[in-house]
Amino acid sequence: MPKKTHVQTEINGEGVEFLCEPRQSLLEVLRDELHLTGAKEGCNNGNCGACTVRLGDRIVNSCLVLGVEAEGQKIETIEGIATSEGLHPIQQKFLEHAALQCGICTPGFIVSSKALLEQNPTPSEEDIRFWLAGNLCRCTGYHKIVEAVVDAAKSMNAEVADNG
Amino acid sequence: MAENKEFKVIGTRPIRHDGIDKVTGRAAYGADIHFPDMLHGKVLRSPYAHARIKSIDISKASSHPAVKCIITSDDLPLVEDTITELGETVINLKYLSDNILASDKALYKGHPVAAVAATDPYLAEEALNMIEVDYEILEPVLDVRQAMEPGAPVLHESLKKESMGKEGDHSQNVASHSQRKNGDLEAGFAAADVIVERDFSTATIHQGYIETHNATAQYNEDGELTVWCSTQGAFGVRDQLSKILKMPVSKIKVVPMEIGGGFGGKVQVYIKPIAALLAMKTRKPVKMTMTRTEVFEGTGPAPGSYIRVKLGADNTGKITAAEAHLVFEAGAYPGSAVGAGSLCIFAPYKIDNLQIDGYDVVLNKPKSSGYRAPGAPNACFASECVIDEICQKLNMDPIEFRLINGAKEGDRRCDGPIYPKIGYLETVEAAQQHHHYAESIDQTSNGKLRGRGVASGFWMNGGGRSSVTINVNSDGRINLIEGSTDIGGTRASIAMQAAEVLGLPAEDIMPAVGDTDSVGYTGVTGGSRTTFATGIAAINAAEDIRAQMIGVAANHWELRPSDVKFKDGTFLAQKNGEALQMTFKEVAAAAGGPLVGAVTASPGGAGNGFATHIVDLEVDSETGKVDILRYTAIQDVGRAIHPSYAEGQVEGGVAQGVGWALSEGYLYNDEGHMTNASFLDYRMPTSYDLPSIETVLVEVPNPGHPYGVRGAGEVPLVPPLAAIANAVSRAIGVRMTELPMSPDRVLEAMGSI
Amino acid sequence: MALVSVPSLMQDLTAGQGQIDIEGETIREIILNFEKAFPGIKDRLCDGDRIKPFIAVYVGSELSQAGMREPVSPDSEIHFVPAISGG
Repeated sequence: MPKKTHVQTEINGEGVEFLCEPRQSLLEVLRDELHLTGAKEGCNNGNCGACTVRLGDRIVNSCLVLGVEAEGQKIETIEGIATSEGLHPIQQKFLEHAALQCGICTPGFIVSSKALLEQNPTPSEEDIRFWLAGNLCRCTGYHKIVEAVVDAAKSMNAEVADNG
Repeated sequence: MAENKEFKVIGTRPIRHDGIDKVTGRAAYGADIHFPDMLHGKVLRSPYAHARIKSIDISKASSHPAVKCIITSDDLPLVEDTITELGETVINLKYLSDNILASDKALYKGHPVAAVAATDPYLAEEALNMIEVDYEILEPVLDVRQAMEPGAPVLHESLKKESMGKEGDHSQNVASHSQRKNGDLEAGFAAADVIVERDFSTATIHQGYIETHNATAQYNEDGELTVWCSTQGAFGVRDQLSKILKMPVSKIKVVPMEIGGGFGGKVQVYIKPIAALLAMKTRKPVKMTMTRTEVFEGTGPAPGSYIRVKLGADNTGKITAAEAHLVFEAGAYPGSAVGAGSLCIFAPYKIDNLQIDGYDVVLNKPKSSGYRAPGAPNACFASECVIDEICQKLNMDPIEFRLINGAKEGDRRCDGPIYPKIGYLETVEAAQQHHHYAESIDQTSNGKLRGRGVASGFWMNGGGRSSVTINVNSDGRINLIEGSTDIGGTRASIAMQAAEVLGLPAEDIMPAVGDTDSVGYTGVTGGSRTTFATGIAAINAAEDIRAQMIGVAANHWELRPSDVKFKDGTFLAQKNGEALQMTFKEVAAAAGGPLVGAVTASPGGAGNGFATHIVDLEVDSETGKVDILRYTAIQDVGRAIHPSYAEGQVEGGVAQGVGWALSEGYLYNDEGHMTNASFLDYRMPTSYDLPSIETVLVEVPNPGHPYGVRGAGEVPLVPPLAAIANAVSRAIGVRMTELPMSPDRVLEAMGSI
Repeated sequence: MALVSVPSLMQDLTAGQGQIDIEGETIREIILNFEKAFPGIKDRLCDGDRIKPFIAVYVGSELSQAGMREPVSPDSEIHFVPAISGG
């Protein structure tokens, strides 16, 4: 068995250290070593987006990133999105709009949507559908997911406006 | 949808009870489970589509230091070649067992041959490569029409054609032939002014659930087996394990984890018995998950099919005769959904003269499994396309045609039973009145060809056994334990039905899905039965609780139970001229002991479900690509308990239909290997491939349910294939009869390539 | 007296008759009387004392849940069809 590599990284705002084999993906490390099971394995080759996490300044399919690549990076997973203040508006709107059925793709969609709204606070429906095309959902037909993201954008922009 | 004033909870849209866990990543699915000393199981699968297994040598692999156990079919108990009832389905035990681990033959590429338990998943895979299997490669048969011909390679020497109880006399690949004949077909066609006859074909299709199969098993020293898994039916898994492993059901506990999609594909067991056997031999927990490739190659897809439909109609638009010939891929073992397809094919219409023949044929592909109204999407693709062509020949509006021929209460369904109250015509009328249908569609725009398609669909929906237990807490909120695993929000719709009975807000019910030790027998979450049948169990349990609480209130007031009334969540009585009342919470607090209601229901009266869909699309004549512009899906759901989740079923089914119609399908090479076994090339729709989907929920209450619920989950996948094919056909002026209508096929049809 | 619809593939035993009146208060009685009138039909419908697993029985519009014990009221229609499961 190959020798394990020691990795230091930051996950959801906390410093984290772990050991992993060079061949293990970031997804495997998150789930099997760190027990952060919110990111899911749907295909293991970057086609379904269920494993989406934020790595540095972009979102990635964590099944296509090696665990050792986390060294010195900032990572955000679904587990870091709600805070002690409560759910993120995107999470709240997903619930209100029934934008999930089995829920397996939901963590990936929420991480992806959050990245979209951080980059573009007023996306059109087309922008949303294009951005989210990397996340597969088999249950919902995407209709209520798009509605939820539109509503989340409105809600977040109103909050920003309120807070001046 | 208009707000329903008749009910307080039903028809509202509360946030689902398990929602927060699912949007925060806390919800535990089968693959999320972890035990400190667990082993990892991996499966060795046949690289050949058809081969005799001469020997399996596990000696080298067994010496691998990380390997704790290796099993083959020799380690499975011998089961009889019998057909047995397993929950709500029928199954041949020997076939089921052979599909878990192949005994004498590998019948499809991906057929499991051996399995390993090791301390590390990578090392388990290393060990798999050290297992030596001696195969005698046989010629595979990959097309059902070829499989039916004399001289085709035979999969099962013992398989003789079964024709409604009568067995054939020689080995071949046609597992069964069923037939339905009504009236006088010849006279019917003679009376027709226009006849259309077409052949259709559909590809093998996967349900495409995003979560792959998983199973973790632990065997205790007292002989108790526990299996944690994602499944559509924990009790069904328990039954299958009991029969395959020859263990009593009471020694097996199945704990259903959250499930990431099923659609019919997570009913039959694949790796669960393997995990169980490995756990029994190693006495350690054994965890197994499938890769996506294994899901494509080693689980049950929806059958590919060939269907011929011939329809005759007179000049007034009345159907005079209908004939259909359905040939479905069973896969490696008998049992495709051709029977259901045969039942559904003309179900929306009143037809006196018809004949339907259905053939279930084995071939060297994985054994087919259910996928959302199994058999009906294939069948109605064919029939609804022929209807469209008849409409074109008669120059008749397709909605008008359906109003003339649509079935209603009192008409005979083609397989015999008389329809009770149904809502098919209501869906057609709603389509006719919808603004989508009123707005015309340009024939061409920007060099693209546009077309509109209409199609209807049907599914009979199921009943079956469900159990619910309700416990009332002293603070008046109630725990509801039910046995239906929750794939689409049924936890909420079941809780809402109990809430309606008890006059409580939905938030005061805490629903949970129980394991097989904690709740009574419950059939699968599938067959569109969950909101219906488990709902009835919840209603009955709530009524029992209500009666018990009336007793508590009566006791408290020193009255007889018959003196106490219950209205809007309040208990009321008159005593000595004084009006007394207690709230639900007050009675719960006064109970002074547990209030428990447990019910098992096995309701009949599952309502037939109908839908009518309208789609506008455009075809790029240069590339053959089809873009869906607008989609309206109208469905009779009887009563929408939680409208958002009823709509969700429709929207999801439409999206699956778009994939089946335009881009999905197993591709095979000559050796019988699936060449597109990944989400890259097995192309399911993304958010960018679909527009918003408008859903109209029609409510023609089902007399068989206290609130009128009809099953809703499966009908949505039935109309889209034909609706889209009709739209493409009208856009390009050529009849499309082969699915998927991929860009190359569209260009071919247009004569461009 | 129930009206039994004979599946077309069993009509070789009933000389081509598609619908037959048969006495009986339960499915079991119906099948017994059916067999008396048309020998051989019971083996097509039953395995021993149970309806074959891949055959479903409709009494009127209702799918029977009780197998042989299913009660049959006078003027019922009975249909034997292939059993079906959902997805």
